[in-house]
Amino acid sequence: MNEVVITGLGLVTPIGTGRAGFWEALLAGRSGAAEIQGFDPSALSVRIACEIPDFDPSTYMSPREAGRMDRFTQLAVAAADLAWAEAECSNLPAPEATGVVIGSGIGGLSTIEREHDVFRDSGPRRVSPFMVPKLMPNAAAGAVAMKFGLHGPNFAVASACATGAHAVGEAYRCIKHGLADVMLAGGSEAAITPLAVSAFARMGALSRRNDEPELASRPFDAGRDGFVCAEGAGVLVLESREHAERRDAPVIARVAGYGASADAHHVTQPDPAGHGATLAMRAALADAGATPDMVDYINAHGTSTPFNDRVETIAIKEALGVEAKRVPVSSNKSQLGHLLGAAGAVEAAVTALAIRDGVLPSTINLTDPDPDCDLDYVPEGPRETRVSFALSNSFGFGGQNACLAIAAA
Amino acid sequence: MERREEVLDAIKEHLSQRGIEANEVSEQSDLQKDLGLDSLDTVELTLGLEERFGIEIPDTELEGVGTVGDAVTLIEKKMSVGT
Repeated sequence: MNEVVITGLGLVTPIGTGRAGFWEALLAGRSGAAEIQGFDPSALSVRIACEIPDFDPSTYMSPREAGRMDRFTQLAVAAADLAWAEAECSNLPAPEATGVVIGSGIGGLSTIEREHDVFRDSGPRRVSPFMVPKLMPNAAAGAVAMKFGLHGPNFAVASACATGAHAVGEAYRCIKHGLADVMLAGGSEAAITPLAVSAFARMGALSRRNDEPELASRPFDAGRDGFVCAEGAGVLVLESREHAERRDAPVIARVAGYGASADAHHVTQPDPAGHGATLAMRAALADAGATPDMVDYINAHGTSTPFNDRVETIAIKEALGVEAKRVPVSSNKSQLGHLLGAAGAVEAAVTALAIRDGVLPSTINLTDPDPDCDLDYVPEGPRETRVSFALSNSFGFGGQNACLAIAAA
Repeated sequence: MERREEVLDAIKEHLSQRGIEANEVSEQSDLQKDLGLDSLDTVELTLGLEERFGIEIPDTELEGVGTVGDAVTLIEKKMSVGT
């Protein structure tokens, strides 16, 4: 079994692109939420989201490449490019031993919407030949392999809002079991479209705090009323410790364990007892050979929906027992919104940075704690503390759960 | 001749939106070898030109098209049928 370390982080998010700018914005408590700019949202009940208005694909690819990709793939390629550069990957010895697992919760929804309009208005002949390769959720993993010439294992995972965490977990397993030396792993999402926002709103999943976008995502707060849709991508470079040491790569943290489970309960609502989430956390601890007393921090799924935050709190108590009250828990979704398929990857990256720098990001907007949410959610602002071992939770529609254990290098 | 120029300009404009500069494109340019277009790019180019000139080019007639000049000739022919 190989030890697996993190040697690069690529982040393209509503509050910043690139590790340094992103981390600074996160610790400054910045919110990425604002009125939707990408289309006219005036007819919708939800008119806010966390967008990346200044994303310029030409920084990372030619116009020709960009034209063949949906936005979610462009964001993934950008994140992979940043991670690749940070890990100083330009001279990897074995492309056959370098793979990619990048998923998306939804895939190329804007492409589907656009081409459906073309089909309806102009007929079948006008449908773009690029529609299928743009919309498929595995397009991002394929594009990243093509960009860097990587011939190792390559696929997407899809588990809605847990996608990014499952991707990191599956890539970790590829290295742990010797199937690859290096893996680019993460998630990407670009689904802030009229159709998607309408659909999530009809589910009752989104905050309607249209007049105060920056206050809308408020995990664990009594006034929370849903999540805020976000777009972005996160890609991590994972590597066997031996491989990283041989090439003298910068090591940020270590992936110590991974647990996955299913609620087997309801397509959107979590099991009220949090059983599936508890199983995922316990499995990650067991895989890491760790016990609850070793946990210094939990990066929560923390969506800001009434249901998730209450049940996640129950599950943390179940998984950690008496240790739960001691462990600080925070939700980056308070600032980033819900990156859906990218969330787990970006939050794993945050967890790694918290370990490396010894500082926990805060849960912003938590001013009136829900009595059912009675853990330490780090509401006061970033907290400096030693972090040797942490968990990062992700739970998806479909009842699919993933938990990553990340430890000091 | 004027129409030929118009079609060539339309092709150049389409390709420039995909990162191929107009000065790289001439009637002699081979779509695959010189401009690097694949089968999907060719279909997309065809759709763009069909829309622009209000014509329809059956897929079977595309098979003989190797160069930009071939494409211009084909479109010119379709346009004269329409007028």
